[in-house]
Amino acid sequence: MNEAVIVPLIIFLILIFLVGFIASGSLRKSNHDFLEEYFLGGRELGGFILAMTMTATYGSASSFIGGPGVAYTEGLGWVLLAMSQVVTGYFVLMILGKKFAIMSRRYNAVTLTDYLKGRYQSKWVVLIAAVSIIIFLFSAMAAQWVGGARLIESLTGLPYHTALFIFALSVLVYVVIGGFRAVALTDAVQGVVMFGGTLILLVATIIAGGGIPDIIQGLAAENPNLITPFGAEGSLTPTYVSSFWILVGVAVVGLPQVTVRAMSYKSSKAMHRALIIGTIVVGFIMLNMHLIGVFARPILPGIEVGDKVMPLIALEVLPPWLAGVVLAAPMAAIMSTVDSLLLLVSSSVVKDVYVNYIKPDASPKRVKTLSLGVTSLLGVLVLLMALNPPDLLIWLNLFAFGGLEATFIWPVVMGLYWKKGNKYGALSSMAVGVISYIVIQQFFPTPFGMHSVVLPIALSFIAYVFVSLATKNMALEEYAAQQKIEKNL
Amino acid sequence: MSGKNKDYRFTIANREALIGIALAVINFVWWYGFAYGLGSKSPENYHFVLGLPAWFFYSCVVGFILIVALVIVVVKFFFVDVPFEEEKDRGNES
Repeated sequence: MNEAVIVPLIIFLILIFLVGFIASGSLRKSNHDFLEEYFLGGRELGGFILAMTMTATYGSASSFIGGPGVAYTEGLGWVLLAMSQVVTGYFVLMILGKKFAIMSRRYNAVTLTDYLKGRYQSKWVVLIAAVSIIIFLFSAMAAQWVGGARLIESLTGLPYHTALFIFALSVLVYVVIGGFRAVALTDAVQGVVMFGGTLILLVATIIAGGGIPDIIQGLAAENPNLITPFGAEGSLTPTYVSSFWILVGVAVVGLPQVTVRAMSYKSSKAMHRALIIGTIVVGFIMLNMHLIGVFARPILPGIEVGDKVMPLIALEVLPPWLAGVVLAAPMAAIMSTVDSLLLLVSSSVVKDVYVNYIKPDASPKRVKTLSLGVTSLLGVLVLLMALNPPDLLIWLNLFAFGGLEATFIWPVVMGLYWKKGNKYGALSSMAVGVISYIVIQQFFPTPFGMHSVVLPIALSFIAYVFVSLATKNMALEEYAAQQKIEKNL
Repeated sequence: MSGKNKDYRFTIANREALIGIALAVINFVWWYGFAYGLGSKSPENYHFVLGLPAWFFYSCVVGFILIVALVIVVVKFFFVDVPFEEEKDRGNES
């Protein structure tokens, strides 16, 4: 137990709780529809909060714990790979941007699935979407919880299960009471902490290593491959690294936890500001976090478990109290990812499945109780899953990413920009995407030297276009009917 | 209003989406070109800028700064403010 480290962490947790409570006040007072308020914050996010909540949601356990750990092993090549994420800072908002905001308001959509329902008018699209969100995001969440618990474990020396319990409880409390606005506001606080923590830790690491030239020379002396783009074993090929542009760069457009934020901004001004702030913050954090992982190597050689690199380097190069403050950053990243995922899965259960198909006439009060109940229940379920943690945090997380991207990217993007796209195209694209991703991930992990997500995304695109064109006449009548509905809205 | 079904805001949205794609392409080319253009030779022959290998400095550090600058320019000069809510008198017009 290291009290000097733990006190700042506890203060951080209390601060987060305070923000959550303040946000829950606005939930009670709000005139908005409960669902819109609880799951979207009443569509009132300004630019700064929006940018921060996207960054914080996106910068997860893998970028703060797993990522720097791999960078420690692979060297600068992994930082190069991580920089493919800069594109997400602007790409998502520019592509979904105004059109998605307008359409989701027109459809009254609160979740990504609502949007798909409005666009394609199909029960099966809605059900497949909801089920894949629930399954994939659930596993992504479990990975994050493991990360959060590991972090507390390595900081405090508490047993893993106790650490997990503390972590779970703190997340659950503010998500359940505050909803999306609490999540977005705490994300903003967490984003600031992430940004500041990264900066402090980078500077301290460089000083502890005796300056950048010394660190780089030390790395080159140990293994020259560490300072090449090809990784420690020379195994990072340009094709493989480039294919990450798909996984963590452009295809992020299809991730539900990201798209839902593109529904929540207040105005196009807010969106513009978020574009700029988001690009700066995402790029800054990705570059520096991974650099810290690499720079840690000459200072602390021989760390075997990659996930421990971040906590250990912070404890090594910073005074204990400051290490506590800085380590709140990965903590923030994990919490803010978990809280968004939790809210999303629960919105999918309540809104997409229950209100849509089981009981469309449910009273507002019942929906409210159910939302809170489902959110808590899901939290407990994830907690149980995380009790027996799998080892490779980052890969479990990426598995979920790829699956969701393969499912959603084309129904969302083509739905916005291609009039001829119809529900049959969307359905086959989702089915082809998910199935081919799972098959390829299982049996051909790196087809043609690329990450396994690339082919499924190409295949699901082909499926979308071909099936949409083939069923053109079949869909024409329904399309006309839908236009009528839209006009009447 | 340019037509019955054509919302002027969608023309703007389409153009901005294309700008997004263009930026991503520029970003990728810059990133890939410097990383593998300068980084493919043997590490003994590397040049260093501020202590970092030149390939890394230009690809990741300068590349990041360049993209931030481009995003700022594009947003300030090419992005147009539009309302997200449906216009109230829309129903009367059509």
